Formats: sequence, C-alpha cells, structure tokens
Amino acid sequence: MTRMQEVTHSAKAEGTFPLMGRPSLSVNAITRRRKQELITGAVLLMVLALLPLPIENSYLRNLIVVTLLYAGLAQGWNILGGYCGQISLGHALYFGIGAYTSTILFTRLGIPPTLGLFAGAALAALAALLVGWPCFRLSGHYYAIATLVVGLMGLLLVTNWDFVNAAMGITIPFKRESWIDLEFRIPIQPFHYVMLAYVAVAWIVAYVVEGSRWGFIWRAVKDDVVAARSLGVRVFLSKMAAAAISGAIVGAGGALYAQFIGFIDPDSGLGLSVSVLIALPAVVGGVGTLWGPLLGAAVLIPMQQLSAAWLGGAGNGVDLMFYGALIVALALARPQGLVSLFGVHSQAGGEVVDEP
Amino acid sequence: MSLDAILQVRGVSKSFGRVVANIDISFEVARGEILGLIGPNGAGKTTLFASIAGLETPDSGEILLEGRRISGLGPVACTLAGIGRTFQVVRSFDSMTVLENVMVGAFSRIARSRPAMARALEVIGFCGLGARADTPAHSLTPPEKRRLEVARALATEPRVLLLDEMLTGLTPTEAQAGMQLVRAVRDRGVTIIMVEHVMEILLPLIDRAVVLHLGGKLAEGSPAVVVRDPEVIRAYLGDRYVAA
Repeated sequence: MTRMQEVTHSAKAEGTFPLMGRPSLSVNAITRRRKQELITGAVLLMVLALLPLPIENSYLRNLIVVTLLYAGLAQGWNILGGYCGQISLGHALYFGIGAYTSTILFTRLGIPPTLGLFAGAALAALAALLVGWPCFRLSGHYYAIATLVVGLMGLLLVTNWDFVNAAMGITIPFKRESWIDLEFRIPIQPFHYVMLAYVAVAWIVAYVVEGSRWGFIWRAVKDDVVAARSLGVRVFLSKMAAAAISGAIVGAGGALYAQFIGFIDPDSGLGLSVSVLIALPAVVGGVGTLWGPLLGAAVLIPMQQLSAAWLGGAGNGVDLMFYGALIVALALARPQGLVSLFGVHSQAGGEVVDEP
Repeated sequence: MSLDAILQVRGVSKSFGRVVANIDISFEVARGEILGLIGPNGAGKTTLFASIAGLETPDSGEILLEGRRISGLGPVACTLAGIGRTFQVVRSFDSMTVLENVMVGAFSRIARSRPAMARALEVIGFCGLGARADTPAHSLTPPEKRRLEVARALATEPRVLLLDEMLTGLTPTEAQAGMQLVRAVRDRGVTIIMVEHVMEILLPLIDRAVVLHLGGKLAEGSPAVVVRDPEVIRAYLGDRYVAA
C-alpha cells in the first residue's frame, strides 16, 4: 500500500499519470504531414501549369480545363459532404446561382465576371444557408433526399422564370478580348489558368479549414453527433458554416463555367446531372480527404467525356452504361476511395474500416 | 453538508410517459470529492446522469453548478459551463486519431490549432495514452477507449466530470489502473461523479455514495455506512439478507 502511495505521489509531482510513456512527438507527425501536403500541392500546381504547353490537341486541352473545373467543384462539395458528412445531391443549385448571377450582372449591367463571381459565390453561400436552415434538422438519407428535391425545385423555377430567359438560357456575347471580363477569342489556353487558379484556391481553402478548429469539429459531427455535443460542439452552427463555404466555392465555379462556355441554361446550370458530377469525384476519390476530389475528378471527368465522345454518338445510352459500370467497378475495387491507393485513409466513418 | 457544494441537485423529477424515472431527488456534491451514484438496474441513475449532462430536462426541480442553474440548458451549454462526461457505450470518433479526438474537446476552450494540440497532448499523456496519440481511435483496446473518453472530456476543462460505468466490464488489473486514473483526475481538482451498478468496484474509490432505487434516493453517505444500510441491502439483495 505504501508503495502504491509512493507511485501516486510521484505521479502527482510530475503532473502525469504513472503507467504510461510521455506524449509522443505527434506535434511533428501532424505538422510534418501537412507540410508534405503543401509541398505536394505546390509541385502539382507547377506541373499543371506546364501541362498544356506540349499538348496540341484542343479537344484534350478542353478536357483538362473541364477536369480542373470539376476538381474545384468537388473540392467545394467535399467541405460539406466529405468533412462534415452531409451528403448533398443538390449542389447544382449553388453552381447555377453562381453561373446565373455573374452572367446576368455581366450581360445586363456590364459588371465584369471577375467581380460577378464573388457576387455569385456570396449568393450561393446565402442559398446554402437557406437550404441548410430547414434541412440540417434532417439526418443521413433524409438530408440527401431533401437537398435533391430543393435542387430540382431550383431547376423548375429557373426553367419557368422569364427574367432569366427561362428555358432558352442566356448567351454571353463576345465584346472584346479581356482578362477582367474573362472573355477570349480562343478561351482554352487562358481558361486553363483561370480554372487552375480556381482549383488552387479551392484546395487552399480546404487545406486551411482541414487544419483548423472547424475541420476537427466537422469530422467529429460526421462520426458521432452525441459525442460531439458532449464536447461542446454546436452541431447546427458547424453544419451551416460548412454549407456556406461549400456553397461559395461551388458558386464561384459556376460563374467561371458560364464564362468559359459563353452560355448558360437551366439544364447545364441546375440539372440533376450537374449535382451528381459535382459530388461523384469526391466520393470516388475519397470523401473527407484533401486529395480525393482532385484524384476523383482526374479519373472520372475524362472517363465521362471520353465515353460520351466514343460511345455516345448513337444516342442509345451505351456511354452512360459504360460510365456507370466503371464507377461501380471503382467502388467495388476501392470502397475507401482512390486515395487509399496512396495509403491515405478517407474519412468515410469507422464502420467501413476493416477491423483486425 | 452544504459547506462547499459545487453541484446541487434539488428536487429533480423526471418521467417518460407513465414511467417515472426520477422522483424528487436531492443531494449535493462537495468540491473535490468522488461521488458514487449507485443503484440496481432501473434505479434511475442513467436518467439523472443525463439530466446533469444536459441531455434531458427535468420535469421539475433544478440542478445548479456553482450556484448557476444548468438543468435544461442542453448538452453543449452544460459542457461549456464545466460539466464533462464519458459514455457507457464508448463513442469515440473512429475516423480520427487519439490526438484528433482529444483536440475536438480542447477546441471547446481554445480556438487555435497549435495550442489546442498542445493541450490535447498534455491530457493524453496524463491519461496514459501518450504512446497512442497517433493511433486511429477505432484500433484502441476497450480499456484504452475508456481512457480516450476520459481524455476527451478532460480536454474540455470540466469542473465536474461524470463517468458513466467507466469500470464496468474491465479485468481487475484494468479496473485498478482505471481507478488510479480517476484518483489522478480528482487530484487535478476535478470533482467526479461516477455511475456504476456494480457496487463493490466503487466502494474503495469513492468518498461518498448516493444510492438510488426505483427512481428515488434511498440512501446517502460514506460507502461504509451505505453498505450497512438495511434499505440498501434490501434493494440490492432482497429481504432475506437484511437480518444477516
């Protein structure tokens, strides 16, 4: 007994519990990991900046631009759907709001899209908050279905709204070559860098929030709401914050997309397929990871575009069957997302993890 | 008894439909003590525990922490007011490492990542998980998961820590280590309320016990006195044993 007391006393003096080792050097472990990610990001940025130079084929270059766009969009979706675990199937709403906002500001008021995209992002964030207000009271599948319905409501509204040209859509007239207006006679080359900047910003936002208080709180909310609350986490507020950031990133992407194509209509802005294309890269690449959305977009978007180009001509849907089969194959082969190929574990939750 | 009460439970009643879980329960918890909340299954321990943690709102009565009413405020406000808790069925964040789990708790007081990490590491070391900081929570052993629960709650800097059946189901050696941890937490200045339905685990550890039975308070006092209370013996073992 005296021995016991001695142990306890010395423990008290040290302020640590006796039976264990010292805290490991994980300050360095986490910081090192994040530093590595930053370096990888910088290298990747440089490679992507040089990528179009040797490529002559304009179809291929166009494909890269679209892939970059979806990488950024998926990165934005991943904030809410990945880190925070709120699977949204209505992100086309934010995409469309961003696209229409900057387009209308540009065509009606002459406000340059480089400003308009911020207005679009802000409105999209606001919309995400308005959708979140009622929908975050739902959980799991119910939330996903609610976002799906809200997205389709947006599509119906815009299709019947004359102020935005309803189903006709809006064509953005070419006035003059300008970086401020993001208007180019041959848009592929400049838009490669516009979209690259977009992906870079989306990645940096994800990188910063992942390492911040919000990032931890979102992952806690995804894993166990009751436990998160017991640790003082305001769950609803944290979901709203994720929704606003996610909506803003996707809204900005919508504005860039409209300017790149020079045309926006309800289907290309708010269609269900847009919602799916925004969510899918993150899901296939690895939800709740920094690289999953990029990797997923790099694999999925070319696959989708190429299968449409090769097999879609007959209009019999073979391309969609092929694309769907590929996604199923990927999901079966890598349920943890493609990032798991690189030893990164996606944060899909504890249940999926193979326990020894 | 009310010399230096950190937590006061005053006339708390709670029922769910027709099932009465707590009837007019009152007691006080002294600053720095380890209080055992015991009673057979169905005595109302879990409900009372949930009321103190803010998960349930009592139908009548109130719960005060340092003189401030906390009953009915909800779990988040209770945590921020200074009530920490662990769960009987462990609720670790399984996609996160031990360090990340504890950092979530630290973020309730600290906004920035670096100081939150330093705080979490200190608590992890204190709870004997120092070597496991970078281990994913889902691959911890059951006793380690209990420690993680304690570490996470401690990171919120509670003044009162509620431990829900923390020692149940552990081997004697593990339980010993767990008790040592509980004492160390108390020595940090944290008042502890332990819920346990297996009485003999608790007796050597606690300063005082409150015994619940069928929703009401049956007895209160030092462990030695409480176990000799005929009412308590009757509640646990049945009438037959009272004479003995």
